[in-house]
Amino acid sequence: MPSARYLSISNITKSFGGFTALQNLNLDIGRGEFVCFLGPSGCGKTTLLRIIAGLEIQTAGSIEQDNEDISLRPPSKRDFGIVFQSYALFPNLSIRRNVAYGIESRQVSRQETNARVDELLKLVNLADQVDKYPAQLSGGQQQRVALARALAPSPGLLLLDEPLSALDASVRHQLRHEIRSLQNRLGVTTIMVTHDQEEALTMADRIVVMNHGTIEQVGTPHEIYANPVTPFVAQSIGHMNLIECTASGPGKLQLNEAVLIHSADAAPVSGLALAAIRPEDILILKDKKKTENRVDGTVTTIEFRGQSYRLSVAVADMNDVELTVDISAQNKRDMSLEEGDKIGLKLPAESLHVFDGQE
Amino acid sequence: MSDTKTSIAPLKQKIDGEGLFRRGVLVFLTLYLILVLALPLAMMVFKSVQDHDGNVIGLQNYIEYFSTPSLFQSIFNSIYISSITTTITVVLAFIFAYGLHRSCIPFKGVFRALAMTPLLVPSLLSGISLIYLFGRQGVLTPLLFGNSIYGPIGIIVASVFFTFPYAFIILSTALSLADQRLYETAISLRASRWKIFWTVTLPGARYGLISAIFVVFIATFTDFGVPKTIGGNFNVLPVDIYKQVIGQQNFEMGAVVSTLLLLPAVLAFLVDQMARKNQVANLSANSVPYEPRKNRRFDAAMLIYCSLISSFVILIIITSQLAALIKFWPYNLSLSLDNYDFDRFAGGGWQSFKNSLQLAVYTSVIGTGFIFIGAYIVEKTKDAKLLREMFQFLAMLPMAIPGMVLGLSYIFFFNHPANPMSFLYGTMAILVISTLTHYYTVAHLTMTTAIKQLDPEFESVSMSLGQPSHKVVRLVTLPICLPTILDVFFYIFVRAMTTVSVVVFLYSSDTSLASIAMLNMGDLGDNAPAAAMGMMIFYVNVAARLFNGVISSSLRKRTQAWRTR
Repeated sequence: MPSARYLSISNITKSFGGFTALQNLNLDIGRGEFVCFLGPSGCGKTTLLRIIAGLEIQTAGSIEQDNEDISLRPPSKRDFGIVFQSYALFPNLSIRRNVAYGIESRQVSRQETNARVDELLKLVNLADQVDKYPAQLSGGQQQRVALARALAPSPGLLLLDEPLSALDASVRHQLRHEIRSLQNRLGVTTIMVTHDQEEALTMADRIVVMNHGTIEQVGTPHEIYANPVTPFVAQSIGHMNLIECTASGPGKLQLNEAVLIHSADAAPVSGLALAAIRPEDILILKDKKKTENRVDGTVTTIEFRGQSYRLSVAVADMNDVELTVDISAQNKRDMSLEEGDKIGLKLPAESLHVFDGQE
Repeated sequence: MSDTKTSIAPLKQKIDGEGLFRRGVLVFLTLYLILVLALPLAMMVFKSVQDHDGNVIGLQNYIEYFSTPSLFQSIFNSIYISSITTTITVVLAFIFAYGLHRSCIPFKGVFRALAMTPLLVPSLLSGISLIYLFGRQGVLTPLLFGNSIYGPIGIIVASVFFTFPYAFIILSTALSLADQRLYETAISLRASRWKIFWTVTLPGARYGLISAIFVVFIATFTDFGVPKTIGGNFNVLPVDIYKQVIGQQNFEMGAVVSTLLLLPAVLAFLVDQMARKNQVANLSANSVPYEPRKNRRFDAAMLIYCSLISSFVILIIITSQLAALIKFWPYNLSLSLDNYDFDRFAGGGWQSFKNSLQLAVYTSVIGTGFIFIGAYIVEKTKDAKLLREMFQFLAMLPMAIPGMVLGLSYIFFFNHPANPMSFLYGTMAILVISTLTHYYTVAHLTMTTAIKQLDPEFESVSMSLGQPSHKVVRLVTLPICLPTILDVFFYIFVRAMTTVSVVVFLYSSDTSLASIAMLNMGDLGDNAPAAAMGMMIFYVNVAARLFNGVISSSLRKRTQAWRTR
């Protein structure tokens, strides 16, 4: 975690009636960090965001922001700006009045307010739209107005609740960069809720992967991708082959005849285990030599994906488990692979992740 | 994970001044509705098990009621009248709404306006018109082939007239929700027009049909003006209540009949509530609205049908207008304004008309404010769940309470010597309170629907920007809801001008109303001035509606610029 701690979440629990939405969560966020809460719908990520905002109240636990306990403060007494999926722009107010909403007051002159609004709209590239109404703008423009409105009072914390999910793919890509570079420039601590792994990977300093009201893993996008600590995390970012097998000693796995050697830490030494490997980490062997971690199988489908091909291989040695293998277009051409070919696969020991198979 | 579930008390946000204020208002509104609705009704039911001296005598009054054939015959009469009226009205209104939504006929706006016209006059006006058309000296009496208009025939025809708009509004909404894609799919499957009607149109409108059936049934079952005017010796429950209370001063028996009138109305109300809930689930945001296609024969048939129905509405209004202007039907057919000289007749004269205006203005001004605040707070408050549910229930209840029953229960409650509020009895204030209570539900529903359509995060955004919550109300909620607020205002205004049943027990000689004057003049055989008074109400309501239209559209131009792209 970089720099000083800014937001600290301790033992947060939230239950609705008998349903537990969040279970004893702990999380520290540093000043100026961009953090994504990632998880499927219903995992509690939005609930956690709303608790940080004070729009929901936790059943137990506390929140500290900038060394102050804000656990029981109403939203209007907290220091944050928020952007919702629906934008929630005031439809009957002009863009100017929307952005000015949080900063206009009797103490501030009209000129000062207007200057600040112009500055913010320039920041989000909408300086020329100031007198229009929200309905006259495109979805992406509306989202940027919502962003400008949230940033107007210079909050210490920016909360984004699935801000991009209502937009077209191309607009979404563009806004990702805009939001991130804006956040970098302003240095405002930011939390974004998303269910889109690509969004989280490309935007976040750190990702918080959530599932069933608990935090599965916290880490940089690279850590989460390279070293997932649970099968859920492994599957929720990128593609991952999961193989149910048995641990047969330290660094050793077994499934039918196949024996796999691995170098994963904290792996079970006996009982059920779950081996995991990324499609791009599997190597194709054209020869017939018996080597370590080699399994044999048949290519069932070949899917063209532009710069690469994705193969499905039914592995005879392992109960016909289907493995997904990515190879470059170049490689595929060199090997002249066809559906139905028999091939050998190498699952390199250092690329294997091993999880306890009991859970 | 299972250990800490129930042992700890949940945390609570500190309630600030605003939260406290909201809760205070909600408590006040709930207590108010308990006071003007729940307590009087309880008192009335209690009265039905008492004797004249206030001793509790159990079900004695009910036993007496059911052992008097002339009394309980009215139950069958009421059910008979209401069933036939409901069948006729719903069928006629369904075809009418179908014509407006599914054909390409011209003048749809005119037809719609005419279909709604009966709402602008008291229900008994159609009774008076029917007397002129089919009464002993009526122009069209031979068409009855010797049957009398005084009795079931008259009640049914007049009831169909005044319940038509209720059914039309509901069915019109149900039919406007059709999804074009369903029809395109049906056509692509080569279904005939007839088959599409039975498999797509009717199922799509089924909740609307159920709703219309119950609303029309309750309206007829509980109406007092029509059977009083044209019922002759044919007794129905609301007239019995009137006779028991006003004629015989037998309040206890009035309470018994009222309780009997209340039961089916409450039952119908519950069924209707369930039907409405299901209708909502029928809507989806990505439906494609239905566009009717030209079809010459069908369009011609629909045009003829809609014209016929509209002519009937015009006939009733014109008859009443002529009755008001003709000097002495049928002997002196010259026109004059003599019948508008209300001070010459019983019923309170011009003063009663002024009182009606006063009542309509007071009720709509106070009521609109009351209803907006109630709807806003109940929709936008998150805590105080029990209190909100109680308020919500009390706000829905008036729909199930017949006007006469509410009026009678007010006598028992507000005229009770031990009630510190008994000074209200016989004043304009009690008329305002009873009228507002009676029409509360529809206004409340209209308002909450409008507020529900607002993005629920407006308040969250405003709070996150550190602004007080009255700011978002002032700058956003109120301006956006203004068209609905106006609709509610004029709805209450028009209803207050036309109501009879809710105020018939509560007016005093100083606070007689135009609709009551109509009733009393009609009672004495002065049908012409009664028709004239009815037309006065009609003029005012037409003016109010036009006024509503004018301000709404100018408002839309000025402050709702954001609606247009």
